[in-house]
Amino acid sequence: MFKALADPTRRLLLDRLFARDGRTLTELEADVKMTRFGVMKHLRLLERAGLIVTRRAGRTKLHFLNPVPIRLIHDRWIDKYTERRVAGLADLKTELEKRP
Amino acid sequence: MTTTTPTTTTVQIYRVYIKATPQAIWEAITKPEWTKKYGYAPLVDYELRAGGTFRCYPNEGMKAFPNVPDVIIDGEVIEATPPRRLVQTWRMLMDPALAAEGFTRLTYDIEPVRGGVTRLTVTHDLTGAAQLAVVVAGELEYKGAGGGWSEILSGLKTLLETGAQLPFQSGFERDPRNG
Repeated sequence: MFKALADPTRRLLLDRLFARDGRTLTELEADVKMTRFGVMKHLRLLERAGLIVTRRAGRTKLHFLNPVPIRLIHDRWIDKYTERRVAGLADLKTELEKRP
Repeated sequence: MTTTTPTTTTVQIYRVYIKATPQAIWEAITKPEWTKKYGYAPLVDYELRAGGTFRCYPNEGMKAFPNVPDVIIDGEVIEATPPRRLVQTWRMLMDPALAAEGFTRLTYDIEPVRGGVTRLTVTHDLTGAAQLAVVVAGELEYKGAGGGWSEILSGLKTLLETGAQLPFQSGFERDPRNG
């Protein structure tokens, strides 16, 4: 997932989907200075990373942003670190307040 | 370059992979003893057949808030195929403006992948419910409205995989009596 995010084109594609979900390849391609094939490659990578989900609507394929993997990182990692920092500050406060 | 026809869509799709059986996920979605343990921690009441009613009741912690209705979400079951697919209508009643947007359509697809992993896809068709779309996308989290589907599904994954509940329950402090 971090590899998927570590590319400016892929981040741009995700931003476009964030602004409006359910876009076709043709619409996404219009936003990026790249060949259709290049955009397809990026979209495939994003889909494999679970960051986008595709759905067929007739003959077109619509792309949707899936924010859940990012949320999982938030819940499992970032929270853990901020919690520790907050706990550290709380300890410091208790410690300082104990002093006369 | 070809002409782009903008597709106006109001569908949101959320997907998560969970190391649990489809049956466990089905139960975690449809049984109140499970739903009170993750996400917004409501108590669901499903009549699991086509045409059956769906109601969602507030937990004790939520009831402490002012103006919380007796039923917080209602709807009708359209398709119930345990443990693989649940389609229903879904109307948020917590707020008069959201309730006025009417019924939306919600689909849970539960598919086994491999190695005991199951893929859960939530498709929420929010046609005609622009305000609700903002809420369920978690965009009002900074206002205390919770993280929407992302947070609910993260909580569900944590609960089924570890038995633990995420420390924070969206929007409302968790009532210890529920937990």
